[in-house]
This record gives sequence, structure tokens and C-alpha cells, in this order.
Amino acid sequence: MIAELGHFALLLAACVALVQAVVPMVGAHKGWAGWMAMAAPAATAQLLLTAFSFSALTYAFVVSDFSLKLVVENSHSLKPMLYKVTGVWGNHEGSMLLWVLILTLYGALAAWFGGNLPPSLKARVLGVQSAVTLAFMAFIIFTSNPFLRLAVPPLDGQDLNPLLQDPGLAFHPPFLYLGYVGLSLTFSFAVAALIEGRVDAAWGGWVRPWTLAAWVFLTIGIALGSWWAYYELGWGGYWFWDPVENASFMPWLLAAALLHSAIVVEKRESLKSWTILLAILAFGFSLIGAFIVRSGVLTSVHAFANDPERGVFILMITAAFMGGALTLFAARAGAMQAKGVFGLVSRESALVANNILLAVSCFVVFVGTIWPLIAEMLFDRKLSVGPPFFDAAFTPFMVVLAVILPLGALMPWKRAKLDRVARQLLLPVIATFLIAALVWTFQTERSILAPIGIALGVWLIAGSKIDLWSRTGRGDLRSRLRRLWNLPRADWGKTIAHIGLGVTFIGISALTAWQSEDIRVAQVGETFDVGGYDVTLADVRREPGPNYDSIMAEMVVTRNGRPVAVLFPEKRNYPVAQMPTTEAAIDNGIFRDLYLVIGDPQAQGGWAVRTYIKPFANWIWAGAIIMSLGGFVSLSDRRFRVAAGAGRDAAPKGDASPVAAE
Amino acid sequence: MTGTMQFARAAAGVLALCLALVPHPVGAVQPDEILPDPALEGRARDISEGLRCLVCRNENIDESNAGLARDLRLLVRERLVAGDTNEEVVDFVVDRYGEYVLLNPTATGANLILWLAGPAMFVAGVGIAAAYLRSRRRPDDEAAPDLSDEETARLERILGK
Repeated sequence: MIAELGHFALLLAACVALVQAVVPMVGAHKGWAGWMAMAAPAATAQLLLTAFSFSALTYAFVVSDFSLKLVVENSHSLKPMLYKVTGVWGNHEGSMLLWVLILTLYGALAAWFGGNLPPSLKARVLGVQSAVTLAFMAFIIFTSNPFLRLAVPPLDGQDLNPLLQDPGLAFHPPFLYLGYVGLSLTFSFAVAALIEGRVDAAWGGWVRPWTLAAWVFLTIGIALGSWWAYYELGWGGYWFWDPVENASFMPWLLAAALLHSAIVVEKRESLKSWTILLAILAFGFSLIGAFIVRSGVLTSVHAFANDPERGVFILMITAAFMGGALTLFAARAGAMQAKGVFGLVSRESALVANNILLAVSCFVVFVGTIWPLIAEMLFDRKLSVGPPFFDAAFTPFMVVLAVILPLGALMPWKRAKLDRVARQLLLPVIATFLIAALVWTFQTERSILAPIGIALGVWLIAGSKIDLWSRTGRGDLRSRLRRLWNLPRADWGKTIAHIGLGVTFIGISALTAWQSEDIRVAQVGETFDVGGYDVTLADVRREPGPNYDSIMAEMVVTRNGRPVAVLFPEKRNYPVAQMPTTEAAIDNGIFRDLYLVIGDPQAQGGWAVRTYIKPFANWIWAGAIIMSLGGFVSLSDRRFRVAAGAGRDAAPKGDASPVAAE
Repeated sequence: MTGTMQFARAAAGVLALCLALVPHPVGAVQPDEILPDPALEGRARDISEGLRCLVCRNENIDESNAGLARDLRLLVRERLVAGDTNEEVVDFVVDRYGEYVLLNPTATGANLILWLAGPAMFVAGVGIAAAYLRSRRRPDDEAAPDLSDEETARLERILGK
């Protein structure tokens, strides 16, 4: 019964979405205030109905209602409660419902906090948002209904893929979707502005927090997935340039570009049409990502179940919204007149460079991702495009980006003097070269990658700090420190995020250049040396888990006779899903991770054992956390709160912005 | 059969949008495959990282633990022990399995488009940006339209003339 109610609520929500997609648009066109005003309550109604529908599905998973096909296929009565709940989005149908729930959530947030938007713009934004929502609701209702019943319910379910029964992965999709779908709102803003034919500084101010929120959530989502891959898959890989990873990375790159160009719109009223185009394309890449993932046209490790019918549906949604928005863009972009005038050396120019680099690197990823498809269709060549291509074709743009970032961040608007910027950056330059030389001298491998990558990271971190410090003006240390503390949160956010990027740079370069591994057969009781650590395979035993069996090794690690860690790597077997998983045991450290994996028993006795030393591995995700922290700090800036209309000055101090709050 | 079906379905959604390899969690290279000569083994690892496991989704043979990947790893090591250079080993594998095994696409024929797309786009972007930046450098008075008569009159009124 509850499942039927959930289904019914979804249908009702779709009806509301249809009305909300039409009535406010007509109202805005004709100037009828009443018609425009219905958008906001409709958006709330949509959210409530979709939330009810989602709760109904969650309830079915929680109570293990095996009369529901989806529950049977993705759950099991013995599964821990956490994974019963997260199993709701651990499948195609449920994840689409989550996607739609987040679409309506963003719509409702725009309705609630968009109080200071001009009524016609607000009506149009909500109308476009609702049209997007309606398309995905139709997708669920017609091709992926999660509420299907079974005529003969089985006694128990078939369990969730064991690899998904993991906290890192359980919360990876909601964050990722908050990011992907957040870009739908910037898309709605862009299309609404095109219909209005007006883009001004205020528009830039409204769009920026939503873009920032989407980018922050994408950052967290991508980092969670990458971290999960690192510890779960058993050899510490964290990024594979797989089509589905690229599907999340492309919107991230474009959202980063959009974030920066929206600043130019807000502060300088330039780059307007480019920003609109970016906003459209960023969401376009979200849609293309959904297509890649759910159609299975590209061979990916992720897109297991592929269904051409669903793929075609998403392709049609993508074509309709991209085609429509780009046509509108072509017709209206000319009307966006830039106002600000600036010199060749200025922050505006630096941000243009940032946008070129991010957009081109996104384009490289895109071409590399779809090239196998194009080569097969047009040139009859069956080929692969893998990590070596992306490493070679993508990295140079990131290097250039890192080199110019501190320069651009220090430049003032309109016109900058290069020698002044250079003088300010003298210290970071010296630090960068010192570190590069130091790394080069001390490393045992003759790798060029580590000195360059780490130096770039240092350059980013030091440059960002100088940037923030330079904002405190002149005077004695105390007054400068006080001013530093009182700087706008947006300035702090910018610096923190750029530092995070530097930290990630260091992590990736050090790990890539210096990681070492050891693969061997070890007898129980045997001690072996890996990179200065003595590893002893003390014991191997069987341990039962709640819904799996485990073979667990006890491994003692010492260094120069001093104990470092006792680690318990596992091999698990999930009998219901008939799938083995590896649980690596990791001793986390700031400067290195010890990563131990127990393999198969060997015919001649002993166990296959893998030991990895991963220098600076945690810096990769620490950098991502710092980046998203910077985003949150920036979102809490008072100017955004005002811009987003969150109760104006009434908002209590220290309160997060409306966007950050959810 | 139902096993693979349900596995496929389970994996679809979340895995769908997540980041990482899924199918074969246990590490690939087995202790018995490793060559006694570390230099040769190092070359084998390098080569393996550039070769795709044909029966897997998107893994190289160094990471995959599929049977075919193991066969290929052993083949690579066999050729190396026989004295082949890295290029000869790769050519040998490509001759047998086609360019599909290459994770690093060759820069020949149509693939030139792939390799040049990024740089070409970059050059185009810089060109467009340069044109745009030049247009933004016009001095203010040129860009701003003159005041209309009405506006001039109003301005004079405000200034108290």
C-alpha cells in the first residue's frame, strides 16, 4: 500500500511539475503576477510529494518488503540497516528517484530563498527548473519505475553488491547528485536570463552561490568515490580515467570555470554571454554524464546494466534541453552587452585564461572519452583511450593553470602592473625553487615529476597565502592581523580553496613518483623488509561477519625494532551475492600510508601478500576536503546571504548560507 | 545466470555514477609471475600498464585478475626474457589482438584528431580571447554612448545650472 502511495505521489508531483513548467512561464511573458506567483508554492509541493515518494521507497527497503521487485534485487534481510537505507540509491531506479528528489529540492530552495529576485526572473527560473524535473520524472515513470510489485514475492532478497556496502560509497552518490543536479539550477538561471534578455551584475551574484554549492558537492562526491577506490579495490588506485569518472569530472571542471567567470559578471559586468554558455554546457555535461552511465554505449567498469531504451530517453532529454538552450543562446547572446573595460594585464584577463584552461581541459577529457565511439563509427577502428592519453593530454593544461593561478589571484581588477605582482610573489617563487631543488636532491628516484609537481603545489599554497596577506593593507603587524581576521569570508574561501588545490597537487605528484610495492608469498610467521619497514605475517584466521565470511590476516609492522602498527587485511566472501571483496588494511600517516593486502593461499603453502608504501596519499583527499571547505567558507559570506535573500541582515551571525545549510 | 543479472542490476545505479573500478577487487600480479630480474620485471610492469585487459571493462592487464590478463602478463614476460625490446613486445601483442589493447592510442591516421583536438582548441581559445581582450581595452568614453538632450538637460538641472 505504501509503495502504491509513493508511486501515486510521484505521479502527482509530475502533474505539479507540468503545471509549474507552463503557468509561470506564460505569466512572466504576459506580465500576470498571479500566474507568476504560483511557481513558488508549486515548487514546495513538488518537493513534498517527491520526498514522500522517496520516503515510501526507503520504507520498503527498511522493512525489507520483498513484494517490491527493486527491494528483492538490491536488498537482503540480513544486510545492516545502514546499507538497507543506502541501498535505496544503490540501483538505477532508486538513484533516479534520488536525482529527481534533489532536482525538486533545488527548485524549492530557489523558491524559498529567491525572495529578492525580480518576479519575472524568478518565475522563469522555476519554470525551467520544473521542465527539467518533469523530463526526469517522465523518465522514471515510463522507463524505470521503482515501485513495481512482484506477483510472487520471494522469501528473501538477492543482496546489494557487496562493494557498495561501504560507508565511503554509501554517501558518494548523494553528494555527487547534489553537485550534478545543482548545475540544473544554474542552467535554469541561464535560460531564464536568455528569455528575459538581460544579464547584469545582480544575475552574476545570484548564480554564483548555486554554482559554488554544486561545485563543492561535486568535489566531495568525487573525492569520496576516489577515496573508496583507494582503500577498497586492493591496490590503491584512486583515479582511472574511466568514462564514468570522466562523466563526473567534466561538470566539475566546467563548474570551476563557471564559478570564476560568474565573478567577472558580478564585479565587472563582462564575460556575460560566455558565462551563460558555460552555465548551459556545465549542466549539459551532467546530462551527458547521466547518458554515459545509464546507456552503456561506452565500455566502463561502472555501467554494468545498460539499457538502450533508457539511453535513448536520456539522450532525448539532453538533446531537447541543450538544443533548446543553445538555440536560445544563439538568438539572444548578442544582446548581452559587456560594460567593464580592462587592460591586457588584469584580473579579468587572468580569469579569462583560467576559463580557457579549464574549458579546454574539459574538452580534452570529453574528446578522449567519446573517441572510441567516434573512431568505431566513422573510421572503423576499434581502439581504446586510456590513462596514458589523459595523463599526456590533460596534465599540461593543469600545470599552466597552476603556474598562472597565484599571479592572477594577486592582480587587481581593470589594470595590473606585472612588476608589482612579481615583487609580491618573490617569496613564494624562492620557496618554490628551494623546495624543487630540495626534492630533487633528496629523492632516490631520478623522477622529474615529483620536484615539478610538489613545487607547483608549494607555489599554489604560498601564493595563495601571500594573496590573502596582501589584502590586509599596510601598517603594523597587529592591525594587519586584525584586518586579516575581518577579511570577507569570500576572500578566505578563495585562499583556502586554492591552498587545497596545491595540497592535492603535492599528493598526486608524490604518490605517482614515489610509491613502491612488494608482492610475495609469505609463510605465517615470516618477516620481510619493504622500504625500511619490517612486516611480519603473524597469523591468518577465519572470522565470520554479519553477512559475509572473512579470511583475516594479522600483520605486524615495525621499523628499526620499534612497533609501527598491527594491521588486519581481509578477504571477504559474500555468500548471497557470491562475490569476494578485498579489505586492505591501511596505516594512515601524514607522509605515507602503509597499505597491506592479503591474497590467495598458495599451493606450496603460504599466502600471497602485497605491501604498498604510498607517500603523501592522504594529501590528495585532504586537498579535496580543504577545497570544499574553502567553498563552504565562501558560501557563508554575508554578501551571498544577502544576494540569496536569506532573511537579509536578520540572519544570525555565523549561520551558514541557505545553500550551504542543506 | 540470475547471478550475473542481479549483479549487473545491483551495480547499475550507484556504480553508475561513482568513481572506481569494480569487478575484480583482488590485486592482479601474482607472486609466481614476477621475473627474478628486477629491471626486466620493471619493464614488464610498464608495458602491462599500457595494455588493456580484453575481457574486462576498462582495466589494464597489470590491475586485472582475469585469466586472460594473466595470460597476457605471462606473454609479455616471456617476450622480454626472449630479449625483445619494449616496442617489439607491444607490437607483438597488437599484431595478435588489434589496437584495441593499446590504452595509449597511437598518433596515426584519424587518431591525430584525438591528439590535436586539445591543443587546437587551446589555440582557438587563446585567439578568441585575445580578440575579446582587445575589444575590452577601448577607453571608456568611446564605449559609453553620448547623453541624449533630455539627459543633458536633466543633468544640468541636477547640477543646479
